[in-house]
Amino acid sequence: MTRSSKIFRYVGKRLLQGVPIIIAIVVINFFLLNLAEGDAVDVLAGEAGSATPEYMEQLRKRFGLDQPLPVQLMVYLKNVLSLDLGYSFRHEMPVNALIFDRFAATGLLMTSTIILAVGFGILLGLLAAMRLNTWKDNIITVFALITYATPLFWVGLMMIVVFSLNLGWFPTSGMTNVAAFYEGWDYVVDVSRHLVLPTITLSLFYLALYTRMMRASMLEQYGQDYVVTARAKGLTERRITYVHVLRNALLPVVTMAGVQVGALIGGSVIVESVFAWPGLGMLAFESLFARDLNLLLGIFLLSSMLVVAVNLIVDIIYCFLDPRIEVN
Amino acid sequence: MADFWRRYRRNRAAVFGLVVIILIIIMALTASLFYPNDPFRLMGKPLSGPLTNGFLLGSDSLGRDVASGIVHGAKTSLLIGFVATIVSVFIGIFFGAFAGYFGGRVDDSLMRVTEIFQTIPSFIFAILLVAIMKPSIGSIVIAIAVVSWPGVARLVRGEFLALKNREFVQACHTLGMSDFRIMLREILPNCLSPIIVVGSLMVATAILIESGLAFLGLGDPNIMSWGFLIGAGRTMLRSAWWVCTFPGVAILITVLAINLIGEGLNDALNPRLKERQ
Repeated sequence: MTRSSKIFRYVGKRLLQGVPIIIAIVVINFFLLNLAEGDAVDVLAGEAGSATPEYMEQLRKRFGLDQPLPVQLMVYLKNVLSLDLGYSFRHEMPVNALIFDRFAATGLLMTSTIILAVGFGILLGLLAAMRLNTWKDNIITVFALITYATPLFWVGLMMIVVFSLNLGWFPTSGMTNVAAFYEGWDYVVDVSRHLVLPTITLSLFYLALYTRMMRASMLEQYGQDYVVTARAKGLTERRITYVHVLRNALLPVVTMAGVQVGALIGGSVIVESVFAWPGLGMLAFESLFARDLNLLLGIFLLSSMLVVAVNLIVDIIYCFLDPRIEVN
Repeated sequence: MADFWRRYRRNRAAVFGLVVIILIIIMALTASLFYPNDPFRLMGKPLSGPLTNGFLLGSDSLGRDVASGIVHGAKTSLLIGFVATIVSVFIGIFFGAFAGYFGGRVDDSLMRVTEIFQTIPSFIFAILLVAIMKPSIGSIVIAIAVVSWPGVARLVRGEFLALKNREFVQACHTLGMSDFRIMLREILPNCLSPIIVVGSLMVATAILIESGLAFLGLGDPNIMSWGFLIGAGRTMLRSAWWVCTFPGVAILITVLAINLIGEGLNDALNPRLKERQ
């Protein structure tokens, strides 16, 4: 069998492995929904102000809430699989429409964060490993220690105090300047200016993490036999570092970047609510205040699926990066 | 014990962390001595800056004393951090021990469950759990424990897998000891050191999660906490930077100290375990 068809089969197998996880998450979601006080009819009745018990009974029948739990679970599974995540009574919109509305903003924030964190993490880690135990290495280590211990929302608020309120370099919140109706290039510049502080805030922790991983990974690779061989061959240290060691050292960092996506989504809830960035995290924050459980569960479900998808993608990238990995 | 202390002492940063944590614990225990009033009570002019109007660290928009809030909030953070960690370590040991010891189908099914909990974005899951159970100390502890046990489970499973075929365990089987007794009395004590190290680092994470929840308005409404102070002060950021700043510094110092202790414990207890997540 050729390698490409092997990879194809591997992707199929990994996709199948993702299915039970997704079903389990849907089931957890269903039970959380049932754990909460009151059902959709109570919410509706509360919104309407008054409802007779008979009317509520009728509504329950219509929504299928009088059915036994396993039947309800099956209906719920069917709904989720057809991308029907229920109805948000606060926004008077279907949950999936709301979520897809906000998805782009979160996607933008997460992409820029990953690029910044992985890119600079690799750079700083490389620097620390090459200047081992000098002041540069020590500064990077101390920076990582402090970043590990700082709460994300506090970093965001302090960024606002320093860079928005005192220095006035960047706007405090939002994604665009609401007063100005920018178009074309001006719009891009406006969004990028709004993007700077949230991105830095969200990426600091991961930057520290990847820096430390990259440093450790580089040091581990330097001790390998192939480095001795390369030296014996008479290659320059430069070439050994950039061509041989660096490429191998990157692998664990890539894996870690995939693993961290779930945590990144959690972090974006905090960062988006600090900077009023109009993405999924902000939506989750709003739904918390509005007690809009349907919406919150929808966001939770979607982000879990996102993690499953990203893990799959990272596994596939990994196959291409490292041909030694057995795909079957 | 003396040997342990000698090795721990060699890491000076860890000793520093230990001193800081002891000071914070003393601060939490003597909170009512220095600030006998309820931290939610109005103590004077609102939005006073640090060192003005008799406030050491200023007051917030309602005239509550920030310093009092920090001192009383220390209790909440430490308590939730420790209790949540203990609960999740217990869940993790339970899952990991059974999976590692029995292997086969038990291992498969328990690890599948662990994998699912590891895939779920943990902070959003914690938010959801607290929102559904209504915010209280109990629900926050449960939420943090539910999202943080999988790491312990994997660690314990690995240790049990490595230890279960050792000679001393086989000897126990020959003596006719029950599985449960072997797990609890023979294998578990042998893998306590990595559990202690991971547990100490989990306390730090738990404090961070708790502060994040409180910041989003999911703290126990009757109990002062650092995250709550920051969340309450954020709207006043422009006019009163101190309300948000000082509680954040408190979180930073506490979590940093615990992380340093964790690294010191790691050096002292098991030189094998180098990786920390």
